[in-house]
Amino acid sequence: MTDESEKAMTDHIVSAFDADLKELGDKLAEMGGLCEKLVAESVDALLRRDIALARRVIDWDLSIDRLQAAIEESAINTIARRAPVAVDLREVVAALRVANDLERIGDLAKNIAKRVVALEGQFQPPKLAGGVAHIADLTLGQLKDVLDAYTRRDEERAMDVWNRDGEIDALYNSLFRELLTYMMEDPRNIGFCAHLLFCAKNIERIGDHATNVAETVYYLVHGVALAEERPKADLMSTAAGL
Amino acid sequence: MTSIDLARSNPAEPGQIKIAPGARPMAGAGLSEKISVRGLKFFYGDSLALKGVDLPIYERKVTAFIGPSGCGKSTLLRILNRMYDLYPKQRAEGQVLLDGVDVLSPKLDLNLLRSRVGMVFQKPTPFPMSIYDNIAFGIRLYEKISKSELDGRVEAALRRAALWNEVKDKLDASGLSLSGGQQQRLCIARTIAVRPEVILLDEPCSALDPISTAKIEELIDELKADYTIAIVTHNMQQASRTSEFTAFMYLGELIEFGETQQIFMSPHDRRTQDYITGRFG
Repeated sequence: MTDESEKAMTDHIVSAFDADLKELGDKLAEMGGLCEKLVAESVDALLRRDIALARRVIDWDLSIDRLQAAIEESAINTIARRAPVAVDLREVVAALRVANDLERIGDLAKNIAKRVVALEGQFQPPKLAGGVAHIADLTLGQLKDVLDAYTRRDEERAMDVWNRDGEIDALYNSLFRELLTYMMEDPRNIGFCAHLLFCAKNIERIGDHATNVAETVYYLVHGVALAEERPKADLMSTAAGL
Repeated sequence: MTSIDLARSNPAEPGQIKIAPGARPMAGAGLSEKISVRGLKFFYGDSLALKGVDLPIYERKVTAFIGPSGCGKSTLLRILNRMYDLYPKQRAEGQVLLDGVDVLSPKLDLNLLRSRVGMVFQKPTPFPMSIYDNIAFGIRLYEKISKSELDGRVEAALRRAALWNEVKDKLDASGLSLSGGQQQRLCIARTIAVRPEVILLDEPCSALDPISTAKIEELIDELKADYTIAIVTHNMQQASRTSEFTAFMYLGELIEFGETQQIFMSPHDRRTQDYITGRFG
């Protein structure tokens, strides 16, 4: 639909339908906010070796899981009771998909926090985490942008996020090489660097989920799936990268 | 004989295959237009009820007409078999081509047209006669056949309408003694007994319970293998369940026509979207 994004949707004749959709949107906004916070704090905990913060992050993930379950239930209820079609159906399906991606993002943040706890007492060379801070900043920006794009149904902004994911992949590749060098230099670095590498991979995966959300925004606005394949710059997951 | 020959052995444009502009053809499927509506206007006295409608109705497909009350969808359906001829001061302009022959022509043999284009109405309308005669009546009207042949045709029609098992032991009972859902299937059996090519269904399930409705929908699904079907319905779910193509009409105009999946997933016109999502104010 061409004029769909230009004009706000009018209300349904059945106002309870609007209330259902609003409830779904509110829960997703809450979940998105919580996810942003969780990712930021897990990285913060990693960079500052803050065990207490890491433990809190692990606990918070439970709220994200609960929100996902609640969104799923609301969405299924709406499908069963209102039989949504067209933009309404896309709205509900998109909510399900985004909630799924956010739940995965929460898990990945939790995993970073768990590694922070596991690193306690290990030899931790200073200044190795700088690269991780950079990739985390970029990813957080992407997550924030794509959630804004989702809230505003802003497909252009979502596509910007989608196109920028290559930067995160490239950064992860260079970080991989850097950490490999440190590990070869001094075997005492290996334990810490391995954890750091997993953390960086988790962050990179969070970026991938942000692009999934971007694709959902595209679907929501246009009613068809994005046909293009996103260019992959992550060579590390293939043998050629080594 | 002055009437235009509508005999099915002599279609004016045999094998005609066309895709209407604006309609996205189904992938790989050759579609044949059974009925082509072109520039169709309709007047109730001085008031214009259809304001120039262009539309294909594809052969052996189900086409659903949706739209708010008074949008002209039933009017359009009634034009397809010239039902409006029964009323004075009603007239149609434009073209409605059935296999290339204009059914609006005044020279047309109406009985022949209605044997080719059957219609089932909102309320079941069985004749006040036995179940058997309800079916046999139409056949006797058009054909002279033996009793045993007639029996076979009646049974075949009742079987086709998924009613045979329920009525085979009481064929002499009045058609009016059946339940609403059975009566509607009896009317469908009566329609298909004369072997039409097109079946028009005007809100066939609006007076039926969900089980009878499901039976009729199942029947529509089976019948489309042999017949071209046009259905008018207020039930959006029914349109999306039963049809391959959907036409959305509003205030006497065709707003959007397309594959049913496209209409219900991503309609192009804002008015279509507002209507199917329940936003029409």
